[in-house]
Amino acid sequence: MGLTRNAAGRKAALSAAELRREGRTVIALAGNPNVGKSTIFNALTGMNQHTGNWPGKTVATARGLCRSGEREYIMVDLPGAYSLMAHSAEEELARDFICFGGAEAVVVVCDATCLERNMNLVLQTMELTGRVLVCVNLMDEAERKNISIDLDGLSHRLGAPVLGLTARERGCAEKILSALDRLLASPPAEPLSCLPYPEPIKKAAERLLPMAEAACGGRLSGRWLSLRLLAGDEGAARRANAFLSGALVEHEALLSAAARERQALEAAFPTETRVEDALASALVRAGEELCRGLVRADENSARRDRRIDRLLTGRLLGYPLMLLLLALVFYLTIAGANYPSRLLSSLLFSLEAPLGSALKALGAPPWLRGMLAEGAYRVLAWVVSVMLPPMAIFFPLFTLLEDAGYLPRVAYNLDRPFKSCRACGKQALTMCMGFGCNAAGVVGCRIIDSPRERLLAILTNSFVPCNGRFPMLIAILTMFFAGGAEGGAVLGAGLLTGVILLGVAATFGATKLLSETLLKGMPSSFVLELPPYRRPQIAKVIVRSVFDRTLFVLGRAAAVAAPAGALLWLMANTYFGGESLINICAEFLEPLGQAMGLDGVLLLAFILGFPANEIVLPIAVMIYTAQGGLTELGSLSEMRQLLILNGWTGVTAACVLVFSLMHWPCSTTLLTIKKETGSWKWTAAAAIIPTAAGFVCCLLLSAAAKLLGF
Amino acid sequence: MENDLSLSQLCPGQRAEVQALHNEAHMSRRLRDMGLVEGTAVECLGRSPGGDPAAYCVRGAVLAIRRDDGARVKIRII
Repeated sequence: MGLTRNAAGRKAALSAAELRREGRTVIALAGNPNVGKSTIFNALTGMNQHTGNWPGKTVATARGLCRSGEREYIMVDLPGAYSLMAHSAEEELARDFICFGGAEAVVVVCDATCLERNMNLVLQTMELTGRVLVCVNLMDEAERKNISIDLDGLSHRLGAPVLGLTARERGCAEKILSALDRLLASPPAEPLSCLPYPEPIKKAAERLLPMAEAACGGRLSGRWLSLRLLAGDEGAARRANAFLSGALVEHEALLSAAARERQALEAAFPTETRVEDALASALVRAGEELCRGLVRADENSARRDRRIDRLLTGRLLGYPLMLLLLALVFYLTIAGANYPSRLLSSLLFSLEAPLGSALKALGAPPWLRGMLAEGAYRVLAWVVSVMLPPMAIFFPLFTLLEDAGYLPRVAYNLDRPFKSCRACGKQALTMCMGFGCNAAGVVGCRIIDSPRERLLAILTNSFVPCNGRFPMLIAILTMFFAGGAEGGAVLGAGLLTGVILLGVAATFGATKLLSETLLKGMPSSFVLELPPYRRPQIAKVIVRSVFDRTLFVLGRAAAVAAPAGALLWLMANTYFGGESLINICAEFLEPLGQAMGLDGVLLLAFILGFPANEIVLPIAVMIYTAQGGLTELGSLSEMRQLLILNGWTGVTAACVLVFSLMHWPCSTTLLTIKKETGSWKWTAAAAIIPTAAGFVCCLLLSAAAKLLGF
Repeated sequence: MENDLSLSQLCPGQRAEVQALHNEAHMSRRLRDMGLVEGTAVECLGRSPGGDPAAYCVRGAVLAIRRDDGARVKIRII
């Protein structure tokens, strides 16, 4: 969900060749999505190992260091892929790394609960490289479901080492490392060449083989290349050509022979008209044959999952339960954050005066004292006390739902409405990621294959509030609508759910509007896997979400908040013609702000909050206090007093809620959108669309309120 | 050729065997990669509350497939 330190690591990554020069062995970690690959990666490399992004890749690939008794390994965690026939960005990346990345061995992680399906990737990998270690993960889950697997038999049939694992248990890293040591100590096997492809394809590949091997010069499997050429896989051919420094394009005889053979083959297949379909089916059947007699499954092995699914995706309860779960998460967040928030703020604010006197004792001039203590420190204290508690509760709760396997069900439930907006159901997943962080949601849009639908998801992602905006929504709802700080958690959660639904409705509205104007098109096809439910690893989730996500997001907010606080203090204390700079700016924005039901200060706060949404409310409060009024702000009720003193009404609060839901995305998100779409035009659209929606909604809301006499 | 049933006509609880995939290239390959080929046994597990994508059990995994896509997968009830 959220941006993690790893995903945002700025460390320059080394190429595989450079790593090998340092005496390290590069190992690729491949597997279908959701088979516990990342758990294995973390177990191998340790959670705090240094990881980074591979250069020049469109999809983030984590790498990490680990050591066995004999060797030092670099593990490369490839994105999940069902096949190497590349029809999505993830699969392309996995294929490119396995083929051209220079890994000395590939670990293919499989899911013991549906082993047969996983064999497809295993066979394709073994066709490419001779050093493959098959790790059958989730053995514990298979055992619970009464599935038994003959691992030795499988290893014998495959001709590759097969390891049964439960990645969540201790000792699995050692098992993998010693198996890798053994694998690398023995000479590499030949890549598989005897897969049961249809006879005509085999013969055609055989005819191309000598030419293909000449073009490969031993750097690639000639058999694999001939099959790719026969399948008409242009992407693979292009990458292979680049890898072979143009040797493929130069080999015109091979290319024209491949095209001729391909035409002849297409005529020869009456039912499966496409060669690549025939290849894919043959691999699936080979996997089926491979597992025959080795995997014994109970008919009722998945009964528990089916029962939960009937409830959570049922016709009657599917939608209500989804809302209820959302509201429950909000309730726990609001109720749980209330007390620690107050404690933190009174603690942090009690330190402001001592900080001021300490600076004085050090001989700091008054302007520096003011800038640091009343500017930087005060805004920082606000951000920490308002942000940290809700984030530290919301992130782990959401990650628990994610871990348990609920989010794909949300996508399943919401596919119909998304389809009627001519979008993809997986947009529900990216929308959920947006709750954590919109930038992460935008990156997550890579799971959507169709470029048009992906763009729809990217452009509308910021309509759901990210974690940076939640605390502000919660604070405003609690102060103005949920009857003060005490006892209003249930009401607050209900109202927050309503606000979120408004955001979701805006997402649907904007998606539909875009589908009918800028991004016309029909919904494309869609397959979504619904993974088995798993008991989340509670302790791990908490540690991971607090350290990797909460602290990362908070750190980013704090890094922005302190300088913003200092800047604000300067603006409040720089006078032009008897008026402070901040007042001049706020007054300039006042007419527009008033029309929208806000005021100039709030609009200024939203503008200054561009680098991080977390600081919008603290900035507004800071400006109000700088203009006079209260300076001590221990609790939400005192803050409410301050806001009312500055002219806030229920209508103002409602307009702030709406505008914080719909305005320009933060700078990080916009930069991410630029990176993902590669276009400034779409980046601008991503900023303009929610902003326009926010302006219109606020104008209408405040006009309606005036008309009704509020 | 006595019947012309498609995957989207399968009711929850019914099992069938895939006869042919008439999907466009991208979808056809995706379905095959996920283990759905001619001869594969599938079971319909249910429909989403909106009524459209339905969930199918294919080789032990659960796949959600939209009605329009399922309509191109020809089946034989078993």
